[in-house]
Amino acid sequence: MTVTHDDVVRWIRAFADAIAENKDSLTDLDSAIGDADHGINMHRGMTAVLGKLDGDGSADIGTLLKTVGMTLVSSVGGAGGPLYGTLFLRLGAAAAGKEELTDEDWVAMVTAGVEGVQSRGKAEPEDKTMVDALIPARDALATAVAAGEPFAGALRSAAAAAEEGMKATIPLVARKGRASYLGERSAGHQDPGATSSWLLMRTAAETFGDHTE
Amino acid sequence: MKKLINDPENVVREELSGITRAHGDLVEVHIDPHYIVRKDAPVQGKVALVSGGGSGHEPMHGGFVGMGMLDAACPGEVFTSPTPDQMEAATKAVDGGAGVVHIVKNYTGDVMNFEMAAELVRSEGSEVESVLVDDDVAVQDSLYTAGRRGVGATVLMEKIAGAAAEQRRPLKEVADLCRKVNDNARSMGMALTSCTVPAAGKPTFELGDDEMEIGIGIHGEPGRQRMKAAPAHDIVEMMATPIVDDLPFKSGDQVLAFVNGMGGTPLIELYIVFNELASFLDGRGIGIGRNLIGPYITSLEMQGCSITLLKLDDELTELWDAPVKTPGLRWGV
Repeated sequence: MTVTHDDVVRWIRAFADAIAENKDSLTDLDSAIGDADHGINMHRGMTAVLGKLDGDGSADIGTLLKTVGMTLVSSVGGAGGPLYGTLFLRLGAAAAGKEELTDEDWVAMVTAGVEGVQSRGKAEPEDKTMVDALIPARDALATAVAAGEPFAGALRSAAAAAEEGMKATIPLVARKGRASYLGERSAGHQDPGATSSWLLMRTAAETFGDHTE
Repeated sequence: MKKLINDPENVVREELSGITRAHGDLVEVHIDPHYIVRKDAPVQGKVALVSGGGSGHEPMHGGFVGMGMLDAACPGEVFTSPTPDQMEAATKAVDGGAGVVHIVKNYTGDVMNFEMAAELVRSEGSEVESVLVDDDVAVQDSLYTAGRRGVGATVLMEKIAGAAAEQRRPLKEVADLCRKVNDNARSMGMALTSCTVPAAGKPTFELGDDEMEIGIGIHGEPGRQRMKAAPAHDIVEMMATPIVDDLPFKSGDQVLAFVNGMGGTPLIELYIVFNELASFLDGRGIGIGRNLIGPYITSLEMQGCSITLLKLDDELTELWDAPVKTPGLRWGV
């Protein structure tokens, strides 16, 4: 299978659409345990990203993803900006010079992206953050690809693992970010960052998976 | 939601436009990326102070730009950290060759964005020291949290370090002075009502008519406990006791007592709080050497207050008294 520059653009658009659709619910999740801005901020960021997608003549996927990362860094703010910005910057760095991606490329990119998020935010699994969706997704993806599974199935496994990781944040007590100030009161709420990260993995499965069976 | 705004999307931009028109003699406002610098920036040979944070806490930080305080402030969206490109541009605009101090309140977003900005400007040759403000004693166990939040001490730090920078003290000394203020200051906040982020359109949290939240953060983050509203006397005791016990402030200490309004509480109530605080401290043998009373680090229209105590010595007192000329704080000039 191969993922092209156009596929990546479609994925970014699909993620922007998913953020727009879930803007209010992400903000509601955030107002329960944070500061009620995650959906608003991500929506502002992805709207800015959409403005940068047109007119990019290059076929280099690395450049495209770096542009997405820089745009998020300069338009999202909060914690989401540096975290999602770093994620896309690392995806871009790992795809530098590539006009098509193999499934191994995608594994390497996701691995680099998740590493970037962890080094920027210093979060560990079960801190109740986006890492709780991203790490299971990365692991499921890497395992499936290594086992030689078709790419579409590997992507679906990654999205399912992200969803499971997201739901598993509900009982957790937050140890990072603004939710950590709530202590025990943060338990019982789904983490908004893990939720947007699930949307990211789900839209990747939907866009890259639909023509690579 | 009833607010004196036009489009919720344009709140920050229109506020900045208002600041330009009101205070153009003191500050210059840049749009895209948004930052506010003192009119005479960069001041050659002076350490520059840059701070920033989400909007909605006015007059902090933009109102504290000017002689004797900040060189630049970066306003984010309401309650959202500003972005590294703003901080990078602001840092470059005020760097007068003596280095730049980034004053960062301890919130995950602020810390990460300032960290990215510092990496950017350092790679371009600017000397930057970052200092963290984390004075909120409402956060008890910082081992399993993002640490204590930066609240009232920020205002005091910006004033005191700003005075030291005007004296042309070197970068390391100004940064260490910031850390000294942080080490000797403790705060606690409380809320009687919630606040509404314009873009969200509804209150950040629900609080019953007869309830209050003790230990609230400046973004409406829940605090230590929710309880029935009580007389000012009891509220001050609930706030001042953990503050005094935490440092601890001892009998014989002289303090700067800062009673801050959260945005929706009138001065008449803040003076009642100050009166109770003075009696409380008197009972502990702690003297109030200086005071600051009013809305300086607000949380939109939230009703409530915060108390900050800073243990004074001769150096801090002298720097506090030094002239300052900003839109939000002005004396001695």
